[in-house]
Amino acid sequence: MIYLDNAATTRPKPPGVAEAVTAAMLSYGNSGRGTHEDALAASRTIFGVRRQLADLLGCMRPDHVCFTPNSTQALNIAISGLLGPGDHIISTDLEHNSVLRPLYRLRQQGTAVDFVPADRNGRLDWGAFERLLRPDTRAVVCTHASNLTGDLVDIDWVGEFCHTHGLLFILDASQTAGVFPIDMEKQHIDVVCFTGHKSLLGPQGTGGLCVREGLDIRPFAVGGTGVQSFSETQPAEYPTRLEAGTLNSHGLAGLGAALDFLEQTGLETIRAHETTLARRFYETIRTLPGVTVYGDFGKAERAPIVALNIAELDSSAVSDELAERFGIATRPGAHCAPRLHRALGTEDQGAVRFSWSYFNTEAETDAAAEAIRTLVSEV
Amino acid sequence: MREREERCIVTFRTTTGAMAMERACKAAGVPGRLIPVPRTITAGCGMCWSAPTGAREAVEKLVMEEHLMIDGIYAIIL
Repeated sequence: MIYLDNAATTRPKPPGVAEAVTAAMLSYGNSGRGTHEDALAASRTIFGVRRQLADLLGCMRPDHVCFTPNSTQALNIAISGLLGPGDHIISTDLEHNSVLRPLYRLRQQGTAVDFVPADRNGRLDWGAFERLLRPDTRAVVCTHASNLTGDLVDIDWVGEFCHTHGLLFILDASQTAGVFPIDMEKQHIDVVCFTGHKSLLGPQGTGGLCVREGLDIRPFAVGGTGVQSFSETQPAEYPTRLEAGTLNSHGLAGLGAALDFLEQTGLETIRAHETTLARRFYETIRTLPGVTVYGDFGKAERAPIVALNIAELDSSAVSDELAERFGIATRPGAHCAPRLHRALGTEDQGAVRFSWSYFNTEAETDAAAEAIRTLVSEV
Repeated sequence: MREREERCIVTFRTTTGAMAMERACKAAGVPGRLIPVPRTITAGCGMCWSAPTGAREAVEKLVMEEHLMIDGIYAIIL
């Protein structure tokens, strides 16, 4: 199988990740529950991963890196724990449902939400940020890169906009953490939500949020913490504030190994490899008759994603044919990004998404392009 | 049970605070280890740093220098 569905989850994971998970499963106790060596081993690993992520994302305090099973949960915690009735929120048409549904739910409860529109090429109307601003605007919640087109959001600009207007900036870094630079301090980001199993190259079931110092997020879940047991309320201190229940120390051990790999390999090396392959594919298929590619390829910096359709063919049928006949894994359909599909005009057809990771090769990329050429010739 | 002696005990509000302490002490060569919090301090749960009494000054210095998030420092016979 040529795996080009890395925006869904990266595969394979780097050497050392599975081994770290296995070793953890064979030896770890429960982090924060007791001080015997096996429990401490889990606690030490988790603390080490907090430090790695704080370094990677420019979070000043490792104890403000809180773990969740994925970025959806992190976004739910950040959005519902900071915002509510009486607030106005600005978001964008590029968002994944992991941002949209928490926002829609808040809207039902009396929070005002507006979206910066995208055009038919998926480009944001940047002037809309200013136009949508209201006296009660409290936050911007947005993605760093569209999971559908790969287009990046200029988070330097958004951070500056938020800083200027005194808004909270909650960033969904699901597609970019580990590949594109993120610095909470420099870019004025209040909360970065991440998942471990995509660009961070770690196991599924890992994720979290980095929180700026001084920001009090209402806990979403409360429960066992291993500390302050006789308190009737969740401890106020981070990260325990947002971490009720046993942490996934096995998965986080794997994420730690993935972060080691990222650090050793270098973000720039990884980004250059992935974007070169995606661009190579794009340049080969973009002029084929009947092929429509979505997104703004005028920009060199973009997440390694190419979403396309062939003529009027159902994206599901194309993706299935790619898998069954050519052994190429892609994702069809709606990609949990309904607003962007509406903007692109692909609500009915969906799109076939190709997405790369550091472990893909030129040969795989060329085989995928050749498969598209074959399918085009048969239309 | 082993013989009791006075120890310098540092408590924390979170496990992460205890982890930061252990890491800093190991890096600075300050002696001690993590133990369950004795009930004379709190009947809750969690872990604390237990150091020889003689290391109290070094522990306090480290806490200040590294901005470690501690709850309290105690001298306790354990």
